[in-house]
Amino acid sequence: MVPLEYYLAVAAVLLVVGVFGIFLNRKNVIIVLMSLELILAAVNINFVAFSVFLNDMVGQIFTMFVLTVAAAEASIGLAILVCFYRLRSSILVDEANTMKG
Amino acid sequence: MVQLYFFYFFSGITVLSAIFVIFANNPVHSVLWLITCFFGVAGFFILLGAEFLALILMIVYVGALAVLFLFVVMMLNISFANLRTGIVQYLPFGLFIGMLILAELLLALVPWEFKDAAFSNSGSPLNLSDSNSVALGKVIYTDYFFIFQAAGIILLIAMIGSIVLTLRKRPNVKRQNVIEQIYRSPNNSIEVIDIKPGEGI
Repeated sequence: MVPLEYYLAVAAVLLVVGVFGIFLNRKNVIIVLMSLELILAAVNINFVAFSVFLNDMVGQIFTMFVLTVAAAEASIGLAILVCFYRLRSSILVDEANTMKG
Repeated sequence: MVQLYFFYFFSGITVLSAIFVIFANNPVHSVLWLITCFFGVAGFFILLGAEFLALILMIVYVGALAVLFLFVVMMLNISFANLRTGIVQYLPFGLFIGMLILAELLLALVPWEFKDAAFSNSGSPLNLSDSNSVALGKVIYTDYFFIFQAAGIILLIAMIGSIVLTLRKRPNVKRQNVIEQIYRSPNNSIEVIDIKPGEGI
């Protein structure tokens, strides 16, 4: 069996690529959402790896809930994006000042 | 040993396609690389013995989420060229934060050895006589039933929320009014006129 550290290393790299993607594509919300998915995938790898190596089922169950929340979050985010595009005809996040926040 | 080769194969796929996701010029290519990346992650899950989650990952991400992303990317008419301006400005800070997080995570990369107490502490021990999906079902429909229901409610709320957000009511568009159609009766929709022969209306 492949040792646990290998999985942790891949998950760490995946998470860092995700964080890096958020910084890199700050203007493009679609890629920011995809980077969030990458981060969640890294977390999922960690959960499942620890679940198997610790002989505990709870990690895999939690992964299912993470998947659920990720799907919900992506759909809501894309819906907000479509709304914003109708309002401004662009997806530039810098122009998102409708709520004066 | 074969497992290790497969592990390297999947990790190469996952990491490379994750890098392509954030560097691709065209968001459609990004979505396609994201699909490849999730194939790699599903490969990890299969290697670890979590087959159910691997297939669920395929269905949820490749079947639903990636298609959703593709629809949105293709539906919005955006010039993606000017969205990439300012990358050089954000690059150093992003690299700094990324390296910081990576350094913190690399602290965990020592050979792990668990104490026996860690195994006796587990909430629902892995039962190797069951298949993965059976074992998952035995735990999720008993101990975690309410959380499972809550996940369903989260999905319902997300569905209703995205429908409400994107539903657009345009004025001056003729729509079917079902209730009006149902409550239509011959009395107020047909007029019977008695026409005498030889005369017009």
